[in-house]
Amino acid sequence: MDTRRESEPTPVKNRTMVERTSEREFVVTRTFNAPARLVFEAWTKPELMKRWWVPKSIGMSLLSCEMDVRVGGSYRLVFGQDASQTMAFFGKYIEVTPHSRLVWTNEEGDGGEAVTTVTFEEKGGKTLLVLRERHPSKEAVDEAIGFGEGLRETFEQLDELLATDGGKGLTWGS
Amino acid sequence: MVQYARTRLDASFAALSDTTRRGVLEQLGRADASITDLAERFDMTLTGMKKHVGVLEQAGLVTTEKVGRVRTCKFGPRRLEEETAWLERFRQLWDSRFDELDKVVDELKRKEKFNGHKKRK
Repeated sequence: MDTRRESEPTPVKNRTMVERTSEREFVVTRTFNAPARLVFEAWTKPELMKRWWVPKSIGMSLLSCEMDVRVGGSYRLVFGQDASQTMAFFGKYIEVTPHSRLVWTNEEGDGGEAVTTVTFEEKGGKTLLVLRERHPSKEAVDEAIGFGEGLRETFEQLDELLATDGGKGLTWGS
Repeated sequence: MVQYARTRLDASFAALSDTTRRGVLEQLGRADASITDLAERFDMTLTGMKKHVGVLEQAGLVTTEKVGRVRTCKFGPRRLEEETAWLERFRQLWDSRFDELDKVVDELKRKEKFNGHKKRK
């Protein structure tokens, strides 16, 4: 089996890796067994994007998908469980470099724009895809994770209280 | 994601709407305490205090841990665990997206082959 490896790679499922690289940034990495131009095509044609962006397993479906993939062009993806409860994902493309790089803003959040950068790097017929999601602030990330404004303020106030009270301080997590 | 944050926020506001619960939080901010300690301090039945602590715990404001027969309450959410759990959900979302994307890309590959690489520049 080992001798076949070079010419015919075993179809192992490629792993999706996620990492929080800073207070404001997440990075998603994945390899695809196809040249960059094909992977890029699937990210830039609405009829193709439609087929994978909202996977069935999350219990929602994509209700509409408009994408004007060029610098300054807008996109708007609407999804939901049904037409009465929908969520929109929208913004603008700020960089479109065929087969290698896509950058867009994401404007549905309250705290400013998030910027997503996707790079497609081809090596030996495979494509390494790196997606960087950069949020406008640490607060926006907290909001997304579920440490919302109210919760954070409460803790800050209590922190102050403890500081003035000669408290022992708080240990987060462990 | 947004929905999750909202639910979370509602839960914490509801938890903080009660004077006793605010008092409990303040108390736990100073030192960990058992449910029995808290019940005594707030002049309340064990059952009543358990309910309050339950609400605070659900809102992620308090964590409890049972050691032997004593349940100790601590101030603060399991922040690290929460973040790890969220990151894993985020990874799973992308992973399922990419599984679908694999199918799309495979199809493009087959089409390209079938067309005798006509599309290739």
